[in-house]
Amino acid sequence: MDLVARNITHAYGGMRVLDDVSLTARGGEIVAVLGPSGCGKSTLLRIMGGLEKPVSGDVFTSGETAPGTLNPLTYVFQDFALVPWLSVTDNVMLPLQHHPMSDTDRRARVSSALARVNLSDFSAAYPKQLSGGMKQRASIARALAVEPAVFLMDEPLSALDAQTRDLLMEDLTRLWTETQFSAIYVTHNIAEAVRLGHSVAVLSRRPGRIREIVKIDMPLAERREGAPELIRARDAIWDLIRAEAAVADREISHAL
Amino acid sequence: MPYERAAPAPNLVPIAFRAGGFLPRRIPFMAGATFAAALGLWWTATSLGWVSDLALPPPAGVLAAFSEMITNGMLVKHMAASLQRLLIGFALGGSFGIAVGFAIGLSSIARSSALPLVSALFPIPKIALLPLFILWLGIGEVSKVATIAFGVFSPMVIATFGGVDSVDRGLIRMAQSFGVPRWTIIRRIVLPGAMPAILSGARISASIAIILLTAAEMIGAQYGIGAMVLASGNLMRTEQLVAGVLVLSALGFSVSQGIGLAEKRLLRWR
Repeated sequence: MDLVARNITHAYGGMRVLDDVSLTARGGEIVAVLGPSGCGKSTLLRIMGGLEKPVSGDVFTSGETAPGTLNPLTYVFQDFALVPWLSVTDNVMLPLQHHPMSDTDRRARVSSALARVNLSDFSAAYPKQLSGGMKQRASIARALAVEPAVFLMDEPLSALDAQTRDLLMEDLTRLWTETQFSAIYVTHNIAEAVRLGHSVAVLSRRPGRIREIVKIDMPLAERREGAPELIRARDAIWDLIRAEAAVADREISHAL
Repeated sequence: MPYERAAPAPNLVPIAFRAGGFLPRRIPFMAGATFAAALGLWWTATSLGWVSDLALPPPAGVLAAFSEMITNGMLVKHMAASLQRLLIGFALGGSFGIAVGFAIGLSSIARSSALPLVSALFPIPKIALLPLFILWLGIGEVSKVATIAFGVFSPMVIATFGGVDSVDRGLIRMAQSFGVPRWTIIRRIVLPGAMPAILSGARISASIAIILLTAAEMIGAQYGIGAMVLASGNLMRTEQLVAGVLVLSALGFSVSQGIGLAEKRLLRWR
């Protein structure tokens, strides 16, 4: 299934945050959306999953979803959004409960999702007993259990320390290699964008506009820190960001 | 040689520890000792005649009054009457309060209509309504229960809707993004999220309920701890009066222990 955003414009109380943004997540591909903080990239993601109404523009899906898909557009949140009074199992179970299926099927989905993120041993733990990385893996398991057509990932690694972030990037790469899901991966971190994105949509400062979409052809599983292709992509993205910053500086000097 | 130990400076002054205090702890057996000391002071003051037996009866007198009330069955009779009023009034007021609190917390219509009404009712000392309730409902049980229920209702509403308001909206949006139905969200996200506030509201309104219970029983009741305390005062039977007051203390204490237990069980995840 593809997820298509067309000409999205959004404003908060007169302040424009997104300006005519169009973006497509194609089946089996991760699109990284990269931009400075406050450029509206998280807002774009909330709009694309139906958590916010844009001032103008439309979001469509096209194509069929897999038969096991319970929730086609599924978020992974920056702050994990785990329910503190539910165990890890119950957190993963929560979105399955209202779907008509046998309890055995539900439990099978939960345990396979927890196994895929290596959390089987912590199924009975409460969120506060988990480390940051484990919390995010639990929230990824919750998303995996509903077999989404498109993952909507809102800075999923930003609340984690650098080492945990590296480990989770490897986990995400492995998960994608197992089942080629599609995803929109919002981040402000260039390293994450070039490690996980099949393409990187670079957003401008507020109001967010798409500056350029940088394609990275290297297969995810082969990507390593310091691979020449990734360095090239990173440098290209850096140049875009630098040019943007230079424009900003000129604007400030005009204002003075 | 950067790692070689430097020669000691001529005058080494140890730094002061500055982070003491502000960490009160429970000292074991101190509570029991304090009670024993208070009891001892009471016993000394009465047995040495510092205060007259009429003003403050000796501990032995209070104990005797207790055992007399137990053997002639009056304690059970008073306790049963009081507990029944308290439990029914608290349950009624509490459940209506929680329901209205949820409505105010979840619906704009309820918030705009019921909240101003509850805010206006909240500051009324509910005992002032007892005469009205007696006119409406008679001098019997119903008017007392209604006063207690009313007194419990408004603080429960305020606590509950505050609790519902404080539930993390991120969790609600998460559940919505997974297509979780509204009723399930209320039951599994909003209710447990509001539970800490509901329980602390229950704690406050329980103490209000005991005050109203006592006052209502003093205004017009044959049985009940409040009626017993008032009657003992009128008859200058202070040892029975003090025994009644101790019963009220025990009642309040056990209610708050019960709520503490509920907090421990329901809020285990914290």
